[in-house]
Amino acid sequence: MDFQVVVLAGGNSKNLTPLVSKELPKPLLPVANCPVLNYVLHQLEQSNLKDLIVVVEGEDTALLVGAWISGTFIDRLHVEIAAVPEDIGTAGALRAISHHLTAKDILVVSGDLVSDVPPGALAATHRRHDAAVTTMLCSIPVSGPLESGSSGGKDKAKKLGRYNIIGLDPSKQFLLHIATGAEIEKDARISKRILHAVGQMEMRSDLMDAHMYAFKRSVLQEVLDIKDTFQSLKEDVLPYLVRSQLKSEALLNRTPQGEENSNEKVSSQNNQAFISRILANASTPSFHGLYSENPDGSSSTRKTHKCCVYIASSSSYCVRLNSIQAFMDINRDVTGDADHLLSPNNIIGPSPKLGTKTTVGPNCRLGEGSEMGDKCQVKRSIIGRHCRIGSHVKAVNSVVMNHVTIGDGCIIQGSVICSNVQLQERVVLKDCQVGAGFVVTAGSEYKAESLAKKEK
Amino acid sequence: MDPRRTARTVSGPKVRQVGFFTPAPPERSISDPPRFQDPIQPPSPSPTQVNDHSPSGNSLSPVMIPPAHHHSDNFLRTALQVTSPTKAFSYSAKTVTIPPENEDVASSFSPGRKVFSAKSPSSFPGVKASSVPASELTTVSVVNLPPGISEKAGGASVEVQNDRPVSAKTLKEKTSKAERRALQEAQRAAKAAAKAEGTKASSAASKVVTSANTKPSKAAKSSSQKNDGSQVAASEKKGGDRAPEKDRKKDAPHPRMQYDDKSRVEKAKKRAVVKQTEARNRVELFRHLPQYEHGTQLPDLETKFFELDPMHPAVYKVGLQYLSGDIRGGNARCIAMFQAFKEAIKDYSTPPEKTLIRDLAARISSYVSFLIECRPLSISMGNAIKFLKNRIAKLPLALSESEAKSTLMLDIDRFINEKIILSEKVIVKHAVTKIQDGDVLLTYGASSVVEMILLHAHELGKHFHVVVVDSRPKLEGQLLLRRLVRKGLSCTHTHVNAVSCIMQDVTRVFLGASSVLSNGTVYSRVGTACVAMVAHAFRVPVLVCCEAYKFHERVQLDSICFNELGNPDAISKVQGREEINYLDGLVNQENLQLLNLIYDATPSDYVSMIITDYGMIPPTSVPVIVREYRRDHLWS
Repeated sequence: MDFQVVVLAGGNSKNLTPLVSKELPKPLLPVANCPVLNYVLHQLEQSNLKDLIVVVEGEDTALLVGAWISGTFIDRLHVEIAAVPEDIGTAGALRAISHHLTAKDILVVSGDLVSDVPPGALAATHRRHDAAVTTMLCSIPVSGPLESGSSGGKDKAKKLGRYNIIGLDPSKQFLLHIATGAEIEKDARISKRILHAVGQMEMRSDLMDAHMYAFKRSVLQEVLDIKDTFQSLKEDVLPYLVRSQLKSEALLNRTPQGEENSNEKVSSQNNQAFISRILANASTPSFHGLYSENPDGSSSTRKTHKCCVYIASSSSYCVRLNSIQAFMDINRDVTGDADHLLSPNNIIGPSPKLGTKTTVGPNCRLGEGSEMGDKCQVKRSIIGRHCRIGSHVKAVNSVVMNHVTIGDGCIIQGSVICSNVQLQERVVLKDCQVGAGFVVTAGSEYKAESLAKKEK
Repeated sequence: MDPRRTARTVSGPKVRQVGFFTPAPPERSISDPPRFQDPIQPPSPSPTQVNDHSPSGNSLSPVMIPPAHHHSDNFLRTALQVTSPTKAFSYSAKTVTIPPENEDVASSFSPGRKVFSAKSPSSFPGVKASSVPASELTTVSVVNLPPGISEKAGGASVEVQNDRPVSAKTLKEKTSKAERRALQEAQRAAKAAAKAEGTKASSAASKVVTSANTKPSKAAKSSSQKNDGSQVAASEKKGGDRAPEKDRKKDAPHPRMQYDDKSRVEKAKKRAVVKQTEARNRVELFRHLPQYEHGTQLPDLETKFFELDPMHPAVYKVGLQYLSGDIRGGNARCIAMFQAFKEAIKDYSTPPEKTLIRDLAARISSYVSFLIECRPLSISMGNAIKFLKNRIAKLPLALSESEAKSTLMLDIDRFINEKIILSEKVIVKHAVTKIQDGDVLLTYGASSVVEMILLHAHELGKHFHVVVVDSRPKLEGQLLLRRLVRKGLSCTHTHVNAVSCIMQDVTRVFLGASSVLSNGTVYSRVGTACVAMVAHAFRVPVLVCCEAYKFHERVQLDSICFNELGNPDAISKVQGREEINYLDGLVNQENLQLLNLIYDATPSDYVSMIITDYGMIPPTSVPVIVREYRRDHLWS
């Protein structure tokens, strides 16, 4: 279908420390015992997109990610890894691989997107409108742990964070305004020109930019070329394209038109104009068309480009893993409501060894080779591979990664425990994050803290 | 030409009903009018093409069910297997360079396959050196080309050989077993695919045989049609029932499936690409027409965007636009379709062991059936498709692939230019002579030809007034009105309910048409008949402007037997007025049926003149044009 897919996998996210580290970059962060990147790649594979470019920050990270992909997706996907320097942002990353982009349209997916929205829907919307950029919007996920009898996390009541402020046209097909990041708190600045052309704008704060975009390649490359300072797709490129949709610089429209003309050189220019007029008259013009029309009816030199949206239906699941809270939420949802996201091959290996009177509640996931002692309780938690858990351990709403040793009598609530952590006896953790390789001494109690090994 | 003669005599009695009327005797004969039969079909050069061009498999009508896909599932799978790896390799082949200084990196990267790393952005032409260093791509995972299938890419297989040693070295110790297994499995898959292909070919052959077998009976049928027009319906029906089981299994179903026949609908649904849920409460009289729940098709089709591999992107885009209503109007849809087909032909390459003529025809048929699933074809599109298929069938066998493709693309251009654009210009030239100063012209809906006539007359400096009559729910007239007013024409806008009031001031009525049938019936946007009737009552001349390529030899007396049903929600809701919701909650009730017809048929009595590219003719002369000119111009 002439689409090229770029997965922006990222590298070490600051938001996710101490969960991520040099050894465990963000793309490989396990969600329900399977790296988060797997969800994106699996979904792309399902959509028959087998030719991918994965962009990773940092050479070392690229090696790690590449090794994992080649181990998991060999013979299934054709993946190329590009390593980009750290901290150049998403736009910078695309700029770095810009010369590899050849297809007509580019699908840019964030590597931390856990979603069941088919990318095809976005691409089809993009094609249908012949848009410069199409972005996927999804409803804001419900954040915070489930409040079903658990004592943990009650202080964090369900609140809908504000992620984006989005302006849509009445037909909900075009993006008229988008505020992201720091801009949300500021006053919204809306172009009078756009407002005048559309007539009516709907402002929504209950939608979130899911960081899945379809770009027209020519447009994307032009913008990246001209605007050297643009760092982020989400905060720079997209708002820029939306802002300038009615006064797009001539070059945005130049390339595609040139292509069309070269395709149909056989017919004379006059006929070409005829055909395009018939086609244009056949459809209800969008406000772009109306705007570019001169008062006398002839189409003028005013260039426009379309910024479209695809709004995922509210029943679909779509969350980005970009904070620790989101990590907890996704872990909860993937084992619970949205368990269809898990590809069947990574559900559970051979069942772990459980001691007597140990109960494992619903919505739990135990990795292979883990051992648990007597009288343990596990509720709504995920336990990785080869963990050794002593007796009388209680784990609720928690994520325990691989090779963790938990001593007797520990109580873990709403916490994330990374790989190779050692919890000695009678440790009590509540809403904590324990970085990889950390050793928690016996009997200590922590609440809402982030524990990590000192970097040497 | 006999069938048409008889058909006309059947229509001789003045059956003037336009809208609803009880099925009278004549209706039966129309429900199975003479289809595109031998006069226009070329003599088939080989028995295999009989299958492709036999009337039942190929006649395209505005209302017909999606014929089956010519690609079986197996074929899809093999195509997928084959094309994706080749693409992958050709891509990596383009950018592979192995600079020596990166050798250590390559060796250290053991589990993956460090195939290349291109460091110099300058090697890619047209890339501006930016502040960010261009990064290289590393292939970490590849899809192995299944050995045994040596499809269309020598380059790809070479690339595999280049690639293999590198990967084999690194992977041998670790996963040699797994790799061997993968290899074995790939071979097995390839074998299965080859087998499937073989069976497919054999089944195709058997199909040919069956079609050859059934052919005599069909010929007999058509001859009986010639002899006795009134018997046609009955005999055809019987023939359909008697059809052997094999014949029914043929993947091409009856082109004008009656949608009240449940078993056939089920079968057709299985083959459909677009998921179609049928609407429940259909009006009794229109049950034979396809009617789907609107609103479910588009999202469903969108999600399948990447999964429909054999569909060309351009065709897919056009289909989406039909479905969402972004393109409408006979000419525009036809042009859009042909432009998509042109793209598809440009990118087409004949698979090995197949001939271009047959494979391309099948490919086009699959595109057409996809488009039909999106929206039933218009008559103009049906004619255009017939033209294209004819051109494909008549390609000389000696032509090379590129020559054949360029010939076809030129043919498509020629069709668009001559049959649509040039004829519109001619029609404008003719029609402008009928506009005088001081005229009040009335038009209905938005016809591209009528618009051009009005604009041209305005450019010539004639002073006239235009009345644009419009109707819900599409309100196409407003778009026309917008463009006319911008050009400075003086206009009046009214809705069709007020047409009788405004008609007394009108001096001429210009109407567009979706098709003109050979008994002079004008098949056009619903409401046209009403306008024409009122104009007739007020003795205002009605001029119908229609390109000759939209003419059709069918005879139709009412707008019931063939029509298109639109979205019933469109009439129950008022766009932009949420507060008008009197029918909310009633829509799914048993005793409420909503009917949103798209077309209607205007009897020839109300039409004073038809302006076409062959001049201005009375409606009675349509069969002459259909007979005399179509054969010369369209089919040769």
